[in-house]
Amino acid sequence: MAELTAGSEIPQLKVTPDRYLTARYAGASGDFNPIHIDEEFARAVGLPGRILHGLWTMAQVARAQTEAAGGPEHLKRLSVQFRGMGLPEQEVVVSGKVREAADGRVIVDTVAEQSDNQIIRNAEAELEL
Amino acid sequence: MPVNTQAIGKTYDPVLYAVGREKIREYARAVGETNPVHLDLDAARAAGHADLVAPPMFAVVYSAPSVGPPIFDPEIGLNFAMMVHGGQQFEWGPLVIAGDEITTTTSVKDISERDGRGYYVFESISNNQRGERVCRGTWTNIVRGV
Repeated sequence: MAELTAGSEIPQLKVTPDRYLTARYAGASGDFNPIHIDEEFARAVGLPGRILHGLWTMAQVARAQTEAAGGPEHLKRLSVQFRGMGLPEQEVVVSGKVREAADGRVIVDTVAEQSDNQIIRNAEAELEL
Repeated sequence: MPVNTQAIGKTYDPVLYAVGREKIREYARAVGETNPVHLDLDAARAAGHADLVAPPMFAVVYSAPSVGPPIFDPEIGLNFAMMVHGGQQFEWGPLVIAGDEITTTTSVKDISERDGRGYYVFESISNNQRGERVCRGTWTNIVRGV
């Protein structure tokens, strides 16, 4: 388990979604919105190409918390805002900083970025230790 | 055109989802989980669980079938083509384990308009077969150009 005291940073989680990740995640999650799996459709509606599922990126933010806390049972709440667009084949970096920690309850401010683009911002996780 | 707020408070029929072991593995692999409690039955049992443990964000899988109907409900009239997922919150209770049967009920928490955008907020409540609340989801969808 990572050190989770006020002001400490959780270990960064870095993951690069491969070219076919959105297809696998569509199957696993049931979200087959074509903006995630069909390059031509995505461009036709004004996107740069297929974009990542926001909830896949949120799952990376969740994973950074559960790995820091030592298991899935510790994550009690996660709230995020989706901004920008996540793209396949670019590294996603999740970082976070403990805002408060008292009586076994930890609040983490966390974000997910691709280069300088915050694709999840203002995210807040509550952990119970 | 102003958004139609009449559906605020509307609740949809509950949807039952049976949590399968292989579905947990498929989901866990797709999101890159490495914790063996999600992937390896022996490890999950050694950690005191009856079967594989669903990652917290597996809430998306068991609650999505319940959150779909309001998005396409003509009474709400949400313009799906212009919709983006603006925000999401989950609050979790007891862990979900393969073999669980999860019942999710979704309601319309709020519909509002700001700066030409429609905000549609849905709330999903998911309970397991013992009646324990395993997750509450708050789904904020934003529709451009209402």
